[in-house]
Amino acid sequence: MNRIEEKFKTLKDKKEKALVGFVTAGDPDPETSESIVTAMCENGVDILELGVPFSDPTADGPVIQRSSARALKAGMRLAGVLEITRRLRKSSEVPIILFSYYNPIMAYGVDRFYKDSLSAGADGVLVVDLPPEESGELTSGWKDDKFCLIRLAAPTTPEDRMRMIAQNASGFLYMVSMTGVTGSGGLDTTEIGDYVEKLKRFTDVPVCVGFGISTPSDVAAISAIADGVVIGSAFERTIEENIENPDIASIIGKQTQAYKDATR
Amino acid sequence: MSENRAQNTQKPGTNIFGWPDQMGHFGTYGGRYVAETLMPALLELDTAYRKYVLDESFQKELYGLLKDFAGRPTPLYHAERLSKKTAGGAIYLKREDLLHTGAHKINNTLGQSLLAKHMGKTKVIAETGAGQHGVATATAAAFFGMECKIFMGTEDIRRQAPNVNRMKLLGAEVIPVESGTGTLKDAMNEAMRYWVSTVRDTFYVIGSVAGPHPYPAMVRDFQKVIGEETRRQATEQIGRLPDHLVACVGGGSNAMGLFYPFLNESIRMTGAEAAGRGIETGKHAATLCAGTLGVLHGSKSYLLQDEYGQIKEAHSVSAGLDYPGVGPEHSLFKDFGRVEYVSITDSRALEAFEVLCRTEGIIPALESAHALAAAMDIAANTPADYVIVVNLSGRGDKDLGIVEEVAGA
Repeated sequence: MNRIEEKFKTLKDKKEKALVGFVTAGDPDPETSESIVTAMCENGVDILELGVPFSDPTADGPVIQRSSARALKAGMRLAGVLEITRRLRKSSEVPIILFSYYNPIMAYGVDRFYKDSLSAGADGVLVVDLPPEESGELTSGWKDDKFCLIRLAAPTTPEDRMRMIAQNASGFLYMVSMTGVTGSGGLDTTEIGDYVEKLKRFTDVPVCVGFGISTPSDVAAISAIADGVVIGSAFERTIEENIENPDIASIIGKQTQAYKDATR
Repeated sequence: MSENRAQNTQKPGTNIFGWPDQMGHFGTYGGRYVAETLMPALLELDTAYRKYVLDESFQKELYGLLKDFAGRPTPLYHAERLSKKTAGGAIYLKREDLLHTGAHKINNTLGQSLLAKHMGKTKVIAETGAGQHGVATATAAAFFGMECKIFMGTEDIRRQAPNVNRMKLLGAEVIPVESGTGTLKDAMNEAMRYWVSTVRDTFYVIGSVAGPHPYPAMVRDFQKVIGEETRRQATEQIGRLPDHLVACVGGGSNAMGLFYPFLNESIRMTGAEAAGRGIETGKHAATLCAGTLGVLHGSKSYLLQDEYGQIKEAHSVSAGLDYPGVGPEHSLFKDFGRVEYVSITDSRALEAFEVLCRTEGIIPALESAHALAAAMDIAANTPADYVIVVNLSGRGDKDLGIVEEVAGA
């Protein structure tokens, strides 16, 4: 059993849902970023998503675009994200998913990426712009189920395609809550409930919902209908508002706690 | 059809024809590297395109529009004074600059908008660099009564002001994009973000042979009318096919349109990329000459990027070439050596711009001026009976401001 499967099993026993927390690695700078993700892990995040900064994040809204730009400016690249992963792994067993666009991975080399991610202690990767049709070139050399490719389904995904995505799923499935970029507004929990229910007909893999979830009450609402909740832009907004604040890590820690409480 | 299929089963590297395969790959290039939200729309578009490309009444309707609304066929014109000046090969100009809206872009936007209409879409969006594709999309949208939004970088809005006014007059909303360097790449990023949010009722009219499948193949097929006409006209006017074809390459649609119908012939082809201030300065847009393999804007192709896979900013005096990517089929042609890709600096393009103004009384777009400079190089080293066709892809009215700015600097 890999760390992600173990995590969902533990959560199920405790009757809790998963809090999946995303931040861009290296935002606002490598040291602060490391204290932020450490605070997230210590304050209840169940799965950590570490964003690999990219110059042209076409699926992201303004908040994550800016965080990506800050991290790049601070010198963060994929190797640095793996380094943060490696250090975090020494003190925490929280599953870590790398969250990236495909080009930085291609430039790093797909085989090298797989090897180095595993040895750093990462548990999987979500590649925003790599649909199942193209993912073979990344995963063809993967040997066991220690490292997962997290797949996405969207509100526009028709049922037969949902089946295809679900059948190849590992770790968990990421259900995008709305047609839009990250950080958009306007959650429709009834509609999301329908998507999740449809997706679950094709798989036993847990389904987490992300995009546009920002308050503890959003988290509670989504927890009622899915196995987990992904928060990204809301954390990044806090980072942006507290860039100069020396207490930034503890502020993020408190925010994490509030979300985690809403999953119970 | 069966012949195409047979070719498609060949391994990359063995055959230049018959691409893309069913998944949109041109050898190792192309494909669909997009967010899941967009995949169903791309699959729907692929199905619709495959249907209408074979549909006689669709093709007839499009042909009628190209003829009566856009002004096809465009002349193939023997530029005798220009040829004389270079004292070598005979330069012919394929006058796409004479088309309605002033560039080859209208071939594609009429095609895609007609397709959008048949698919029941009522809203179109587009990215634009020089503004030519934006104007051509706004024009087609006005013609079909569709709502139209054009994404354009703030730097391009500044340097291509006349086209911004045109788009507004045509009823389009021009959305300024401030991110990055405020040029074509940034406009495309923002158009893709907007499309993710509106994909259910909005058709994205991509302006080049770039982007995710089926765009590179579809735009090629809407632009190949340029080469088909050139074939016919060359046969009529000079009794044979040309010896050499030359076109500028940003994303690569006008080059693809001219080259594609001649791929099978033993004719040399040259694509002129923008060397900006010189490739050695790093301030250029010569993706095929100086780029490496990567994924941007939905397809795998050559890219200007650093060793970490971060996209570099392109530079060119010509807004339409100022892009760090290139259409995937051009990458294939480069690997096969089927097309030779060269690069032309800003200053050489400006020189060629001036030469054409003075010798032929034609003001070319700065994009096309890159092709002209490359053609003049070729002409200078070939005999008088060597026929060179240059795709004069657009007219230069839009560039007067920038030319004046550069001259004054």
